[in-house]
Amino acid sequence: MNRLSWFNVTSLTIGFAFLYLPMVILVAYSFNESKLVTVWAGFSTKWYGELLQNEAFLDAAWVTIKVAVLSSTLATVLGTMAAYVLVRGGRFLGRTLFSGMIYAPLVMPEVITGLSLLLLFIGIGLDRGVLTIVLAHTTFSMCYVSVVVSSRLLSFDRSLEEAALDLGCSGFDAFRLVTLPIIAPAVIAGWLLAFTLSLDDLVIASFTAGPAATTLPIKIFSAVRLGVSPEINALSTIMIGIVTVGVIGASLISKRNALRQKRDERDAARA
Amino acid sequence: MQRFVLIAVPYAWLLALFLVPFIIVLKISLSDIELSIPPYTPTLDDGIVPFFKALDFENFAFLASDDLYWKAYLSSLKIALLSTFLTLLVGYPMAYGMARAPEEWRPTLMMLVILPFWTSFLIRVYAWMGILSQEGFLNQFLLWTGLIGEPLTILNTNTAVYIGIVYTYLPFMILPIYAALDRLDGSLIEAAEDLGCSRMQAFWLVTIPLSKNGIIAGSFLVFIPALGEFVIPSLLGGSGTLMIGKVLWEEFFNNRDWPVASAVAVILLLILIIPIVLFQRNQQKQAEADQ
Repeated sequence: MNRLSWFNVTSLTIGFAFLYLPMVILVAYSFNESKLVTVWAGFSTKWYGELLQNEAFLDAAWVTIKVAVLSSTLATVLGTMAAYVLVRGGRFLGRTLFSGMIYAPLVMPEVITGLSLLLLFIGIGLDRGVLTIVLAHTTFSMCYVSVVVSSRLLSFDRSLEEAALDLGCSGFDAFRLVTLPIIAPAVIAGWLLAFTLSLDDLVIASFTAGPAATTLPIKIFSAVRLGVSPEINALSTIMIGIVTVGVIGASLISKRNALRQKRDERDAARA
Repeated sequence: MQRFVLIAVPYAWLLALFLVPFIIVLKISLSDIELSIPPYTPTLDDGIVPFFKALDFENFAFLASDDLYWKAYLSSLKIALLSTFLTLLVGYPMAYGMARAPEEWRPTLMMLVILPFWTSFLIRVYAWMGILSQEGFLNQFLLWTGLIGEPLTILNTNTAVYIGIVYTYLPFMILPIYAALDRLDGSLIEAAEDLGCSRMQAFWLVTIPLSKNGIIAGSFLVFIPALGEFVIPSLLGGSGTLMIGKVLWEEFFNNRDWPVASAVAVILLLILIIPIVLFQRNQQKQAEADQ
């Protein structure tokens, strides 16, 4: 049953080549000596050097990281609260509207979200800058966080919380001491998802960032519109490298944890 | 009290930063063009009745009369539909291959599919600019093999947009189909083969129907965002590529016509409501079937 036929092998090979070749080519050409991106003129790391001297890019990168850390942390708090309300909150006035507002931003086209937030910020006279991007990113990523967290909340046994309450915990203590440790992996996953969504976002940031603050995707987009450039290749390579190391590291850690858990369960069963 | 705070904080946040902005868009889409040149602030100073009297549909009438917008909506629909279909053609065999792979390979294959999803969307689209251009990698390769005598023009055409959408949204198609195929009980196929089905017949009569929910979920996950796509048509498409997300962007940033941009957004959302409702119904059915 579980033997790969030639068809499966071929489709997987072609499929993964399609997924990865463009990125491999991009990385390879970032080490190209020539300014012409398509002519190979020997190995060089000079574009990385030039990139590191490009202050506009460094400033934008700093703004992007600041925005991503702030908005993903806020989104994690709000999204976890929202998930808790949806799964454990019972009935309250306007529940349908609330759950609708949680799911709607997930499917809303980015151009519409960006446009509507910009009109709001102008309407209330809020100057566009880091603050407005953080507000915008928090709003759409809290929805992703709450979807991730609520699936975890749904799947765990409610009686654990009730036991804590029976044993004299206050509602908040029960959450802090029992619920939160159990849903922690989902909360962390939600934070990471919110963080990458914020790092990646171009469209909403373009609408909500003023001239005072530019994020890296906005900078890359305006540079890329003029054509392919080796400096952007170098920048892309750095970003691909960070993500690859991060994802592989995270998956190794979760694999080790799973193995440890299995061993603990086996030991417990033997004892 | 605690419960009230817990509900009120995220609720108030979403009302203020999701619902209210959307109502503003709706309001601006219904206002006069001269009244709403930037910076435009909707107010209730004149009272409720004049506020509603001032609303009109002239922006929508304008959209209906100018065939640029019609063409943009239709061509967005066409591009989104066709590229969803192409993504399915590429994604299904991959998901099938993953589900058939030995158990111990599957987490690795899964990670290989997810990894591009974590890398920047913008950079993945950008990577194709270097490949598809006149003197790009693909043309050099084809010239070198002698398959073509002249470089092909692919970048800045709709073909490049299709390639871009299939490429960037592929993980969204593979993952739900893989989840459906992974759950599929292998003995059902064996039973079908025992009962005289050929492998092909078993595939069409058993595997495909049982992975239907994954196919539907994956198709919606590609179709819905592809319809409002902005980055791919503006980087890979040409002047002939009409997509509504790009039109909205240009209407807003280049023409600075806020009421028309808002009206474009409202209609796009109306078009999207149908697939979104269908998608949610499908998800609900699937959740019920799982229980």
